[in-house]
Amino acid sequence: MSGSLAWRVFRWTVLLLLAAYFLIPLWSMLDFSTQAPGTQPGRTLEAWRALVEDPALREAIIASLLLALFTVVLMVLLLVPTMVWVRLRVPGASRLVEFLCLLPLTIPALVIVVGIKNVMLWVTYFVGDTPLALTFAYVILVLPYSYRAIDAALSAIDVATLSEAARSLGAGWTTVMVRIVLPNIVPGVLSAAFVSVALVLGEYTFASLLHYDTLPTEIALLGKSQATVSVAASLASLILASALLLGLGLFSRERRTSEGQ
Amino acid sequence: MASDSGLAVNFNSVTRVFGSVRALDGFDLHIAPGELVALLGPSGCGKTTALRILAGLDQATSGRVDVGGRDLTRVPANKRDMGMVFQAYSLFPHLTVLENVAFGLKLRGQDRASRHRRASEVLELVGLSEQGSRYAHQLSGGQQQRVALARALAIEPSVLLLDEPLSALDAKVRSQLRDEIRRVQLEVGTTTLFVTHDQEEALAIADRVGVMNEGHLDQLAAPADLYAQPATRFVAEFVGLNNRVPAVVVSGRAEVLGTEVPTIEGSLAQGPGQALVRPESVTVGRDGGANASVVSVSFLGPISRVYCVIDGGQQVMAQVASSFAVTLQPGDRVTVGVEPTPLLVIAG
Repeated sequence: MSGSLAWRVFRWTVLLLLAAYFLIPLWSMLDFSTQAPGTQPGRTLEAWRALVEDPALREAIIASLLLALFTVVLMVLLLVPTMVWVRLRVPGASRLVEFLCLLPLTIPALVIVVGIKNVMLWVTYFVGDTPLALTFAYVILVLPYSYRAIDAALSAIDVATLSEAARSLGAGWTTVMVRIVLPNIVPGVLSAAFVSVALVLGEYTFASLLHYDTLPTEIALLGKSQATVSVAASLASLILASALLLGLGLFSRERRTSEGQ
Repeated sequence: MASDSGLAVNFNSVTRVFGSVRALDGFDLHIAPGELVALLGPSGCGKTTALRILAGLDQATSGRVDVGGRDLTRVPANKRDMGMVFQAYSLFPHLTVLENVAFGLKLRGQDRASRHRRASEVLELVGLSEQGSRYAHQLSGGQQQRVALARALAIEPSVLLLDEPLSALDAKVRSQLRDEIRRVQLEVGTTTLFVTHDQEEALAIADRVGVMNEGHLDQLAAPADLYAQPATRFVAEFVGLNNRVPAVVVSGRAEVLGTEVPTIEGSLAQGPGQALVRPESVTVGRDGGANASVVSVSFLGPISRVYCVIDGGQQVMAQVASSFAVTLQPGDRVTVGVEPTPLLVIAG
């Protein structure tokens, strides 16, 4: 009994320490971002209002959100069919694909930027000089994390048998992907998507060195002139990323519960 | 067993090569409309390759596959109109049983009401009409395979393909489902190709059984004929248990353990050889002239297996009624002979 009580106390202590570790900085950011300018007393939401009213910041936020969306879409379109195809048709190439997908993890972002700078010139030539051109670079950046998440989900189902069963019932490859494979790897794709969103919303090196205005570069810039707005924007992006990850957790639990029933 | 509702299937000299391995080597097979043919053979004999080529899930290196007179050799799997039940559980995990069964009908553009009506009909046929709202993980292995059968039948396929659908199930469920598959197949009359490595399963379910060996058919015959008159040594040894007993062939008749029996086609023409004798064709008696000693007796319920050593050192196994076997003890002297039925005699 005393053992279980000690264990419970230990668990709560760890939980409280972790909560403090995460929440105190967030609380401090909120506190700082709502302080009145100078030595004036009281609270103000000026910094938070600036998030939507400052045109440069607003544009940077929209650009980052669009970048996150396009990166996720392109990553799913590129990775899911490739990984399914490799599993079904060329399983011998799975190690090579895994190696290629994990490669960006081992190369510093700075080196990648230098390497793809010339390629980006072509990209901007075709899609225009917009921050959204970063989508192509960000897809490379999120590959390692997305690959792991989707690979785990694909390993949990018998892709070969399910797709052959669907094919024998009359399904073409698009139908197999959209109606059979994708619904069964939703948790993996969502994990990949949310990790990608979190990465894109926090990515600074690529955007800064390739001279695009995104949320992180704008936050860094504001940090030099309007510290409270910069902190408000940082807190907002942290809250957004946390909400997405929390949503994923709740969705996965909901799915498990409904399937369990 | 021919039926009007099924289509004829023809494999014409189909060859499939994987690297240096010839999985199918000039494979020929004709399946009559409505017939159930079982392909039987050891692992790697090419039976699953033949089925996958018929399904369109694999491509023949050469040769031709016809169904109902139409050449399907290069037609993709999703255009072949075939129902297939797999060895592995293949129900779509995110769909209910009813949705699984209706999946093929949805792809064919049937409206919701008619596809659900048809799905309910076939679920009724396999005895699972109450399970429509369940998911695959809520069903037993046997139920999952019955749903897979219903799903394959729902689209009214031209050919039904069964790829070792019972191998993942336990013995009791396997035998129940085997009988059920046969009942349903007879009821719908669909031409069926059933692949298995289990000889009991093949002999019990099929109109004809094809025994495959190294990429080609060694023999295709009705189960009783295949068992009684194996065409080759491989078939004789693969199907059923066999004793090898010394024999001498003279003018198409063999003398085996003192009994003269006719030889079947493919036997040694003349001279000494080995007769392949089924355990149930070996007789064991106590009447004078004992020529063997009992080594051991295995009780199997209504029948028992008696292992004897014939004078001269040859060991034979006999299958006898347990009521007689219980009177035998190891070391007893007995008279071992063979029934005067046709036997395959091989050299050696």
